[in-house]
Amino acid sequence: MTPALSLENITKRFPGVLANDRVNLTVAEGEIHAICGENGAGKSTLMNVLYGMLPADEGRIVVRGDEVHFRSPRDALAAGIGMVHQHFMLADNLTVLENIILGAEPTGRGGRIDFAGARRRVTELSDAYGLDVHLDEPVENLGVGERQRVEIIKVLYRGARILILDEPTSVLVPHEVEELFRNMRDMCARGETIVFIDHKLDEVLEIADTITVLRAGRTVATVKPDEVSPRDLAELMVGSELPTPEARTTTVRDTVSLQVESLSVLDDDEREVVKGISLEVRRGEIVGVAGVEGNGQIEFVEALLGIREPSQGRVLLEGADINEWTVRRRREAGIGYIPEDRHRRGLLLPAPLWENAMCGHQGKEPYSRKGFWLTPKAARSKTRELIAAFDVRTPGPDVAAHALSGGNQQKLIIGREMVMTPNLLIAAHPTRGIDVGAQAAVWETLHQAREQGLAVLLVSADLDELIGLSDRLLVIFRGRISAALDPATVTPRELGAHMTGAAGEVEEMQHA
Amino acid sequence: MSTRTSHRLPAHRRLTLALAAPVAALILSLAVASIALVLSGSNPFPAYGRMFSYGFELETLVDMVNRATPLYLSAVAVAIGFRMNLFNIGVEGQYILASIIAAQVAAELSLPAPLHLTVIILVGMATGSVWALIAGVLKVTRGIHEVISTIMLNAVSISFVVAMLFRQWDVPDESLNQETAEIPPSGRMPDLNGFVETFTREIGKGRVLWGFVIVAIIIGILYWIYVARTRPGYDLRASGINPLAAEASGVSPKRTIIVAMALSGAVGGLVGLPEVLGRDYAYGLQFTQNLGFAGIAVALLGQNHPGGIAIGALVFGFLDSAAPILDVHGDAPQEIVEIMKGIIIFAAVITYVVVQRRRQAEEARAASLAMASDEPDPATGMPSGATESDTRPAT
Repeated sequence: MTPALSLENITKRFPGVLANDRVNLTVAEGEIHAICGENGAGKSTLMNVLYGMLPADEGRIVVRGDEVHFRSPRDALAAGIGMVHQHFMLADNLTVLENIILGAEPTGRGGRIDFAGARRRVTELSDAYGLDVHLDEPVENLGVGERQRVEIIKVLYRGARILILDEPTSVLVPHEVEELFRNMRDMCARGETIVFIDHKLDEVLEIADTITVLRAGRTVATVKPDEVSPRDLAELMVGSELPTPEARTTTVRDTVSLQVESLSVLDDDEREVVKGISLEVRRGEIVGVAGVEGNGQIEFVEALLGIREPSQGRVLLEGADINEWTVRRRREAGIGYIPEDRHRRGLLLPAPLWENAMCGHQGKEPYSRKGFWLTPKAARSKTRELIAAFDVRTPGPDVAAHALSGGNQQKLIIGREMVMTPNLLIAAHPTRGIDVGAQAAVWETLHQAREQGLAVLLVSADLDELIGLSDRLLVIFRGRISAALDPATVTPRELGAHMTGAAGEVEEMQHA
Repeated sequence: MSTRTSHRLPAHRRLTLALAAPVAALILSLAVASIALVLSGSNPFPAYGRMFSYGFELETLVDMVNRATPLYLSAVAVAIGFRMNLFNIGVEGQYILASIIAAQVAAELSLPAPLHLTVIILVGMATGSVWALIAGVLKVTRGIHEVISTIMLNAVSISFVVAMLFRQWDVPDESLNQETAEIPPSGRMPDLNGFVETFTREIGKGRVLWGFVIVAIIIGILYWIYVARTRPGYDLRASGINPLAAEASGVSPKRTIIVAMALSGAVGGLVGLPEVLGRDYAYGLQFTQNLGFAGIAVALLGQNHPGGIAIGALVFGFLDSAAPILDVHGDAPQEIVEIMKGIIIFAAVITYVVVQRRRQAEEARAASLAMASDEPDPATGMPSGATESDTRPAT
């Protein structure tokens, strides 16, 4: 049988970089084909080539037996290939229906938009594929899962028979992932073909019919999920053997590092989004705060850092009331911070790495003398030290931060906090969007720091991370701590249920 | 991995990239000006030749530096704001207000020479600073954008406050020239003719090299030290690049706005003083306006860098001081230099972006080469823990 799609010897060079090196990919009709690989392995480049956004330097693209040459996504769509991007491209103030037909509006007499016809077709599609959406709801009112379904219908509406989904699960919570997978199976059952990019191994193994692994721009293997273990897959992606996990021992000490007493915080619209949270983190302890984004975590963290003033309650650091302290005073007292979004709150992208390394520590040695005079030479050598210690792949400390890949930027941020040996680390989504290798390095760093007595408040939505790292787990839901769980016994499924508020009986929080 | 060889692009490469933009801008502006000259029926080459030979006469060079001095101060004032993403369009109002107040204070004071001068300069800086701070405070407390407030403050300052003060302080005399009272000799800036003439022939045609150029140089050096070598300067730049990251690092956004506006205004308050203290010894009708706006262009041309701004100010000073010769000989209208200045800025802005993209691409390439070539080495390269970790955290 002719494959739905085959890419033959695709090569794509960027100045000095071989992003795709003779990549081969064959996708059978009606299958879910996963493409996995680390960040920078060339997945996105390959998909951009396939979707007509980048021209390939060499190689052929064959769709159902015919060689094609795409000059734009429009050409790709005409050949029945559609892509759902990782970042949604929807107009918030338009309704779902308007968004779906935007740019492909069916017109009636006199150029008027035929909304009735459009509604019929979209309803047919959503019924046929079990994609449940509310057509008249403005997109701004939708949750992430439904936005994604809108994006998928948008692509189907334009006639795509081969769908490319770029890391579709990265924004979803567990039960939404299950629903997406159900939709994907339904679509395949009806003859659609899906190319699915992901780097979460368990998901790939669950949903894919075939898995192609890319590494450093090359195809390293094409496997069936029942032939490989998660470990095999991870090793294929990283290209080396992964070591075995170590046993968990407690390192919790008596001194309370961070104490939060019934803290309430308002957001920019004066809504109370953090409602009387109390918790404490001891030295040598990692306390995980699990929650789906948008449950008040950002505001909570900002209040701890002093960026946002709490409306009520207090924060104590090593016993001292720090409510009135400025951000600077808190940082200088040893609060380290890994922001939830490295580009937004973390980095000075056009500035060199050494200036990024000192960001947050600019008043301390070796970055400055007497809190006033910068010492660029010492700052550079400190940066070199952290580049080596945290394996930041860069030519040196004078390169601008935007030249680094996401994983390396994250390692830089983690390194810059850890080399200054903080007392308390507030880590928000410390491994978001980075590959397995870098993720393991970050986890290990946190583990080791904990053994040295560091107190860590880990705010995350990654179930593995929360369960694997935390000594205690708290669930944040709608601004409140809704449950306290024991990471040694809780399953990812239970934790996910608590995070989405789906757990039947919400335990009252009991903190030590 | 600590033994990397290339830390940045090679020195010659960085220099080429740094010079590419201004040189390209200059060439483009000459080309466009030539077209304009040909279209208006003039021959460009004799015109340029004449400008060039006249421009490098000693007296014209003195004019050039005198013209460049206030432009430089103005551009540094604007650049301080730019460094933290504040667009201080109000240098115009700040320097005119500062000049009239400084001139009046200078005339009324009587102090020994160095002290007198120092006080005048400080009064000018304080006035500019206070006027700029109004915009800073409005932004911090009421969220009013500084572009709006400084434009309005320009109008208030020039059309209202200065006009009122000038009526008040104008000394009636038989001449038609309106002027504030004359500044006594102790409050005048000594000229540098004697110093320059130790290296050159005598400066003729009654030209005087204003001593204020020294102040401008000092301000330039202080600006560089502040921005590149102090923590508050780093805070300012960090806020300009990414205010949210700067805030998380402990920089107070409000405080930084206030500091930036105060410093920008203080330097802005100096812009009018070279001619008040070096030529007119009073504030009068002949006082040069529009230097605040010209400073924006020069700051843009110099990319907010103290050295780049100096070059930009000198280029503009050269064009301004060499242009009058064109009218004298009738080669071309001297307004052609306005076209050239416009094209220089226009071309500079474009070429800077092109060069910056280029540099970013080269850096990104160097970084990804580093990624590709440094396969992690378990013995030395990885963080001590990374080799002992699993794909999941330890359970």
